[in-house]
Amino acid sequence: MKLLPCILSAAVTTGLIITLNSKLLLPAPLGKLLSPQHGVWQNAENADATFNETFNFPQLKAKVNVYLDDRLVPHVFAEQENDAYFVQGYLHAKFRLWQMELQTHAAAGRASEIIGEKALTHDREFRRLGMVYAAEISLKEMEADPTTKASCDAYTAGVNAYISNLTEAKLPIEYKLIGYQPEPWTNLKTALFLKYMSYDLAAHDDDIEMTNAKTYFSPADFDLLYPSKQDSLDPIIPKGTIYAAPKVLVKAPATADSVYFANKDLLVMQEEKPDPENGSNNWVAAGGKTKSGAPILCNDPHLGLNLPSLWFEMQLSTPNFNVYGATFPGAPSVIIGFNDNVAWGVTNGGRDVRDYYEIKFKDESRNEYWFDSAWKKTEFRIETIKIKDQPDYIDKVAYTVFGPVMYDKTFSGSRITGNKYYAVRWKAHDPSKELLAFNMLNHAKNYADYLAAVTNMHTPGQNFAFAAKNGDIAMRTQGEWPAKWKGQGDFIMPGTDSSYMWQGMIPQDENPFQYNPERGFVSSANQKPADSTYPYYLGRDYPPYRGLIINRKLTAMSAITPQDMMAMQTSNYDVFAEMARPLFLKNIDEGKLDENGKKYLGMLKKWDLNNDINATGPTIFSVLWTCFDSVVLKDEFKKAPQVISHPFESSLLDGILRDSSYKFLDNIETPVKETLADDVTAAFKAATQQLKIEEGKFRLTWAAFKATRINHLAKLEPFSRLNLPVGGGSHCINATKSDHGPSWRMIVSLTEKTEAWGVYPGGQSGNPGSKFYDNFVDQWVTGKYYPLWMMKAGEEKDGRIKWKMSFSN
Amino acid sequence: MENEFQQLVTLQYFFATTILNFQTDYMKFIVSLVLIALLSVAACLYLPWWSIAFVAFVVSALIPQHPGKSFLTGFISILLLWGSLSWYISSNNNHLLAHKVSMLMFKTDSPFMLIGITALIGALVAGFAALSGSYLRRS
Repeated sequence: MKLLPCILSAAVTTGLIITLNSKLLLPAPLGKLLSPQHGVWQNAENADATFNETFNFPQLKAKVNVYLDDRLVPHVFAEQENDAYFVQGYLHAKFRLWQMELQTHAAAGRASEIIGEKALTHDREFRRLGMVYAAEISLKEMEADPTTKASCDAYTAGVNAYISNLTEAKLPIEYKLIGYQPEPWTNLKTALFLKYMSYDLAAHDDDIEMTNAKTYFSPADFDLLYPSKQDSLDPIIPKGTIYAAPKVLVKAPATADSVYFANKDLLVMQEEKPDPENGSNNWVAAGGKTKSGAPILCNDPHLGLNLPSLWFEMQLSTPNFNVYGATFPGAPSVIIGFNDNVAWGVTNGGRDVRDYYEIKFKDESRNEYWFDSAWKKTEFRIETIKIKDQPDYIDKVAYTVFGPVMYDKTFSGSRITGNKYYAVRWKAHDPSKELLAFNMLNHAKNYADYLAAVTNMHTPGQNFAFAAKNGDIAMRTQGEWPAKWKGQGDFIMPGTDSSYMWQGMIPQDENPFQYNPERGFVSSANQKPADSTYPYYLGRDYPPYRGLIINRKLTAMSAITPQDMMAMQTSNYDVFAEMARPLFLKNIDEGKLDENGKKYLGMLKKWDLNNDINATGPTIFSVLWTCFDSVVLKDEFKKAPQVISHPFESSLLDGILRDSSYKFLDNIETPVKETLADDVTAAFKAATQQLKIEEGKFRLTWAAFKATRINHLAKLEPFSRLNLPVGGGSHCINATKSDHGPSWRMIVSLTEKTEAWGVYPGGQSGNPGSKFYDNFVDQWVTGKYYPLWMMKAGEEKDGRIKWKMSFSN
Repeated sequence: MENEFQQLVTLQYFFATTILNFQTDYMKFIVSLVLIALLSVAACLYLPWWSIAFVAFVVSALIPQHPGKSFLTGFISILLLWGSLSWYISSNNNHLLAHKVSMLMFKTDSPFMLIGITALIGALVAGFAALSGSYLRRS
């Protein structure tokens, strides 16, 4: 009698559970997500949460104590060095597991496994670039070195010790929201993470865009639009440095002029690209220039700004060394920091180490390709890409002597190229020992140790600034770079002829460097490493302006204090505007401007050249420059292929400063010949229109216009920080753009007791439900620093220590 | 006189049984309510979230109540449990995460909406499970 209602209500219950446990009907499994004992509520960390814990792990050889301070920075004290890496792995996983796995999945071309088919293009791109291939080579190199292998094994074991004790409730919130589970960590994942950094820092190339530019423009116009020389360049290693004759003699192929430079081949394709703006500043003032008499080292690497941050701050203390600084969740050791004797910092040495070769296959099977007048056998690497809720995608990638054939008719990134095949030669495919470099830097006691350490760093090439307690300072443009003939790899090269291959690597002792220079400081800001007397070809893509202002300031400064360095590191002075504004003010025809135009011109005139948050000058200048660039170059580029390099700001500015009747000022679409004054006035009128709209939206002040944001790694807006009032810009030392900028600011004064300051735009916890998720952001926004505390044994009772974790075997 | 006495006795009996009935019904309701809540907390320590349905089903099958009342028992029990648990967790968190998650899920910045929806979801599942249990007992 009551059977029917019983079955009915049981069916309703089951239906409810299935609906609330899956995304069948609702966009999210609400029951699973909102259950107070399982779901997202479990990620809502108690504001007074304690991090005191005791652990027993048989993998440990001895005791490890971790003291967490009031900013949640762990100070790890281990009796055995490898135990320190185990605990580092454990802590990275405890606070940052989701980002570690996301970044390594992205690096491995496995994003489709998590988010489905929409990531397939990304995954194929990464597989075809050879990211996993490169990581496997790297892993072999890492595991061949006993030190690196031991540290990675311990690190991996630490990460897995955390993962294997994870309950559903303790899963990072992103796993719950997206609906997947973490997998065990491996040394390969560490290698993948490092390749991800190589992709970010050493994979930038414009070969396709430049090939199109070369094809479209006449050689004379091309040289004018894309000069390899920068008038305003102040190289990392100063002009006038004498270089010995090169040990590696490179020869341009006999056919270079006819086949390579003169080749007119229009390609239409676009690829995923790392941010071309990945830059950084570092500098060291020697004791002679500082108030204390001790060197001060400063570093701020500029990277994409994300939450959780790329960086995790910590101290590692073992009987062999005691080091503090920024670490990468995903790898052992401290990456940028200081120990009891030395300090170091890095900027990217963005040389072109990714080149393309056009491959001629015998037939569609791609089994053989024409190379040095013979058919050569192809090797294939089968890439199986798992896709969520769909069958696997199998990609058969051909490998040649150059590397993987990244582009072919089945894969063009996002556009069709026709029937051509392009193999990619990328320096990151070669073995590199970056982990050994950092491990040895962590142990370094002096300049010799630093030199021995950094020469292990091959890719990504970095400018390593260095300072030691004994007063030594140094800068080394470090990496293993191909020795190229002039113009090699600027465009796509023929792949049928070994004479176009990289002919050798620049020997380590020929890398430009400076050790205790007379000028009393060293610096780098991604500008060209050396001037044209350096005997190897350096390519053309380097930003000159930040280096210029840094060197100007350091030259003028004396009796420098760390506070002076803080002011300098957060300086919003725009040296590019300093050079370009007079050009506008001198040439503008004020009579042709309307009321608004005159008002904006007045603001531009009065501007003190600082990109401060409440200034209107930077907004006006920025809009005006964009309009000016467009007025000057739009006509020339109107019929150009869409995928083409745009001339650098420095090329346009240098061109006009050099020659006020610069060829491209004339609008080729009108019968009259336009002058600089015509273009500047036209640009100002166009800028006025746009500025009026911005003013209407209350976006005339710089911070509002720039709208700096720190995105959550999965772009979940409520987990991001938007509209931050931050000044600066591309050409300022404070190079904060809309979602890119100083990802870690550090200042180390190597006085007898080291004093250091630092801050990064994030927080130690990766959990959006923790107050430690983004608690450094406001400090970073206002240009303030935290003292970096190198804790000593015996200071366990210090008031800054809030929690203790004890690890034993 | 006798009539009056009888009337009084009848009246007293009537009141007594009503109160007694009321008391046993009331007790059953309270006992079920508390049992469902306590057993749900215990079950969710080890089992998936939907173990609350299993708990509500078993409790209402073992303690017979009118189906409507059973539904209410399960509903109110988990409404109070999940509501108070999530409120307690969230207030200790200064509602930091609830602000963000309510924006993420419902495009509305309201921790209390998130707490309310949490409570309602649990309540509905437990209510229907309890109803099924009650019907099973009667069938």
